[in-house]
Amino acid sequence: MNALTTTKLTKHFAGTKALDELCLEFEHRKITGLIGPNGSGKTTLINIISNFLQADSGEYTIHEDAKLNSDLSQTNQPKFSRTFQNVRLFDQMTVLDNIILVLNDKNFTNLFVNDNRLEKKATNILKKIGLRESAHKLAGELSYGQRKLLEIGRVLASNSQLILLDEPFAGLFPQMIETVKKHINTLKLHGKTVILIEHNIQLIRELCDRVTVLNCGKSLASGETTTTLSQPEVLGAYLGK
Amino acid sequence: MEYLIHIAIIISIYSILSLGLNLILGYTGQLSLTHAAFFGIGAYAIAIGETKFHLNFFLALLIGIVVAGLLAIIIGIFLGRFRRDIYALASLGTNVILFSIFLNWTNLTRGPLGIPGIRRPEIFGFIFQSNFSFLLLCAFFSYLTYTILHRLLKTPFGLTLKAIREDEDVLSSFGYKVKTIKTTAFVISAIFTAIAGRLLASYITFIDPSTFDFNESIYFLSVVIIGGLADLRGSILGTIILVILPEALRFLGLPSDLAANLRQILYGLALIMMILFRPQGFLGKYKM
Repeated sequence: MNALTTTKLTKHFAGTKALDELCLEFEHRKITGLIGPNGSGKTTLINIISNFLQADSGEYTIHEDAKLNSDLSQTNQPKFSRTFQNVRLFDQMTVLDNIILVLNDKNFTNLFVNDNRLEKKATNILKKIGLRESAHKLAGELSYGQRKLLEIGRVLASNSQLILLDEPFAGLFPQMIETVKKHINTLKLHGKTVILIEHNIQLIRELCDRVTVLNCGKSLASGETTTTLSQPEVLGAYLGK
Repeated sequence: MEYLIHIAIIISIYSILSLGLNLILGYTGQLSLTHAAFFGIGAYAIAIGETKFHLNFFLALLIGIVVAGLLAIIIGIFLGRFRRDIYALASLGTNVILFSIFLNWTNLTRGPLGIPGIRRPEIFGFIFQSNFSFLLLCAFFSYLTYTILHRLLKTPFGLTLKAIREDEDVLSSFGYKVKTIKTTAFVISAIFTAIAGRLLASYITFIDPSTFDFNESIYFLSVVIIGGLADLRGSILGTIILVILPEALRFLGLPSDLAANLRQILYGLALIMMILFRPQGFLGKYKM
């Protein structure tokens, strides 16, 4: 079964069709690259799946992976976790609190009970992403790259099976790119399904099992990475060859 | 000495209110202009309960908490649909509606005539008749409010309030029921505000709608902003400053009507100065 399917998903912005009856399927436990020119509908798709936007019509379904025992319903964890093209952290809260907010049990009644184990868990995640020393700094005081890493940290902290990454490498210097690559591969090793929006085709080739190419809100091609990227219509429309 | 006790009582009562308001304004970032109405609901609950139904202060207090809580749930759910400036406008509209009810439901509230003869609280035959004993009662409620809110803010619930202030969409994407959290914060805040209203009614023994109009909401906002957003100690400091500051006018020998107008000007000036030079208030952590 697929991790995510979209059926005739359509979205307009002031007369422009951002998504045009888009039908896609994303396989479980795979990293799928979502590529396409600016305005092709990549971020709109992720925003709809993560409830930041409402589709005009059509539907999407996130299917839980029965093989992963992630207890999502017990702690009200969402089915997805995401990062943003323009980083969205809780800037006036500490780096540690940004992670703890993801780890908390989301059931309303449990919000009034402190769980002392969470701070240790959050610290371990910060250690993994190299931000342990900044745990008590405000998130707004971090550098751009560190902010991107903290968003990845929030994804690592979540128990969600579907991970949506919107340009996680944009603006990072090479050493940080390697760190983020390592964490994305770790997500796959843990059985997560990753949808990765990225413009750097080299990174797509290195990381992704599959690629979906969008153009003007429609799917231009979809399939195994090397095969898809060598299709003439993809080379023509996106890679300019 | 009596004068100093009077000032301390007013500070204690308004501290309860500003602590409660800080929960929704400072921590959650919702610019509520409706809290004067909840101050009024608390005061009217005591006044009506005692004068019409001859209820004991503490029973009337309990009923007032329930009434304020239920109304706060309805208003909180309604306001929870809005954000930022629209939230402020909707809460202002709510304040106007509730003020109109205080003013025009004359069978219950006696409208502009107000309700006189409100008694001091009594428990096990002891009446808090002297101002000093009443000060102890108010200080107890003030301390209780501080302690409860301080503990509440140390829980994950407190953390989510700050996150709502920052970006409620992202918090919602984590799986939190943001609207429920916002409504709960509003209800808690409104209940403490109503308790303050109850104590004020018992202290001055007379209430009328003018004490609970829109100007009062602005005054409450000034207290929280000047003292410090998202800092409980800031609420107390802001109350002390804004209660004592206009008292200084008494010693200038100004006519009472001029002094009353100057009081409003002082609040406005203090607010402008803070927003210009220290937008997070004296002890606050967050800027408006």
